[in-house]
Amino acid sequence: MSDLRELYQQVILDHNKNPRNFRELPDATTKVEGFNPLCGDHYTVFLKIDGDVIRDVSFIGSGCAISKASASVMSATVKGKTRQEAEVLFDTFHKLVTGETHVSDDLGRFAPFAGVAEFPTRVKCAILAWHTLRSALEGEKQAVSTE
Amino acid sequence: MTTRTADRGPQTTAHRSPTTDRLSEAQPLRSAVRGLRSDYDVESIRRDFPILARSVHGRKLVYLDNAATTQKPQAVIDRLVRYYSEENSNVHRGVHYLSEVATSEYEAARTTVKRFLNARDEKEIVFTRGTTESINLVSQAWGRANVGEGDEVLITAIEHHSNIVPWQLLCGEKHAQLRIAPVNDAGEVMLDQFANLLTPRTKIVAVGHASNALGTINPIRQMIALAHANGSLILIDGAQGVPHLPIDVQELDCDFYAFSGHKVYGPTGIGVLYGKQPILDAMPPWQGGGDMILSVTFEKTTYNALPYKFEAGTPNISGVLGLAAALDYVSTAGIEKIGAHEHDLLVYATGRLVEIPGLRIIGTAAEKASVISFTLEGVHPHDIGTILDQEGVAIRTGHHCAQPLMMRFNVPATSRASFGMYNTREEVDALIAGLKRVIEVFR
Repeated sequence: MSDLRELYQQVILDHNKNPRNFRELPDATTKVEGFNPLCGDHYTVFLKIDGDVIRDVSFIGSGCAISKASASVMSATVKGKTRQEAEVLFDTFHKLVTGETHVSDDLGRFAPFAGVAEFPTRVKCAILAWHTLRSALEGEKQAVSTE
Repeated sequence: MTTRTADRGPQTTAHRSPTTDRLSEAQPLRSAVRGLRSDYDVESIRRDFPILARSVHGRKLVYLDNAATTQKPQAVIDRLVRYYSEENSNVHRGVHYLSEVATSEYEAARTTVKRFLNARDEKEIVFTRGTTESINLVSQAWGRANVGEGDEVLITAIEHHSNIVPWQLLCGEKHAQLRIAPVNDAGEVMLDQFANLLTPRTKIVAVGHASNALGTINPIRQMIALAHANGSLILIDGAQGVPHLPIDVQELDCDFYAFSGHKVYGPTGIGVLYGKQPILDAMPPWQGGGDMILSVTFEKTTYNALPYKFEAGTPNISGVLGLAAALDYVSTAGIEKIGAHEHDLLVYATGRLVEIPGLRIIGTAAEKASVISFTLEGVHPHDIGTILDQEGVAIRTGHHCAQPLMMRFNVPATSRASFGMYNTREEVDALIAGLKRVIEVFR
């Protein structure tokens, strides 16, 4: 049960229940869909990019608590960031959920996702929205899949 | 435990839901068969499956993912070991002793399958990699020769992807139409609509015996009669039928019947295509290679007789032997008794699940195999699966390779518990306890 509480931290459950930026973005400059065919997670990420800066970000869709909380945190952390800063955040998050780094003080909002590393089948859930973000930033028009 | 099994009758009645009442009316045979359960010793069966003794995450394994694959009894494991330790050789080729032994065991296994399905002849039993390959064999070898532009193939809305995509490929190639018989809200194919979709252009009908995602048992007898009255052939995808129901292909009169070994306690990578001999005879070969030929020159190849015409290359010999051992094991336990035992678990689990607030069972057909798909309000199936796993309970979560069906019921995914011959009411209780833990975490 302790492992479970590590995975389903209150912060994650809160984001799942009340996801931030969970809406369409009418003036989005780009939107990309992301799928996890294994479990049916399906999100669309909207970005409003102004030059090098992500002015606004939102998402819609459905999926498990881990994927939705991760999308919520992603949207909250990359808003107002430059492309390069978003890329660094992607790397930080990716390393955390794949167990390449351990929790430290500077992880901030990402810290609740450290437990994901103990659940290999759930890493794809956690990383889905981030992969979708990256494709959107790279100007991909195709839907991304974590399979 | 054995004692409890013996006096389960009144408990079953207590947990009956309206669904199950209809079920017993719809299937007097099964109700009659229930009486046999008293001599079904599930604890003794459990001891034959070594994996059931292991633990997962420090908990006793509760394996409720039998619709995905079943565990293997020691008899099947031993058969594979014996083949590789004492008999390993190629079949149908050598004149040496081992090759003779392997060939004779391989062909004896074909006879076992023939008897299990009550086919007329061994020639009607083709070994494949599994149900998927069996269906592809028919859609390609039979389909390419017999389906043309404007023709139609009829399937149902509850098919597994493996009984959808091969037909889509065929229809795409031949500019034919794929027709889908719809299901009602209980997940039952509506026979009148099915009948209406049969047209003079319907070349073949392909339907699942039982749905892997919902458990619905299709009324295949009526479907076979309707298809034949229309002059269409019919293939039954028996992946979820063979593990739970007695099969008699002569009595059913289906043209093709496909199933997988691993879903009936045999090894993975081995399956069967049953086909009526005249139909198989008239079909062109599918894959070319060794074993499927009589003579080869660069100008012309003469194909081998049935069933070898469809078994190109060195087959999965150990898989075939393991499959026969599995079918022998199932026959010894008795498929009717297995079906009755599983039906008891289905009724018991259904009764307990519907008591959980916010739980909705997807698929409430009057006739069901021991498969229960459900959703839990506010919790995604994947989260349910992870939490249950921590409790040692293995279930399947996702779309169950039936995405169109998930769309029909407007759910992205479900959680699915599916029971096999070795499951017990205590394991259903463990599932229920696990679901209560899920609700605790997500409250």
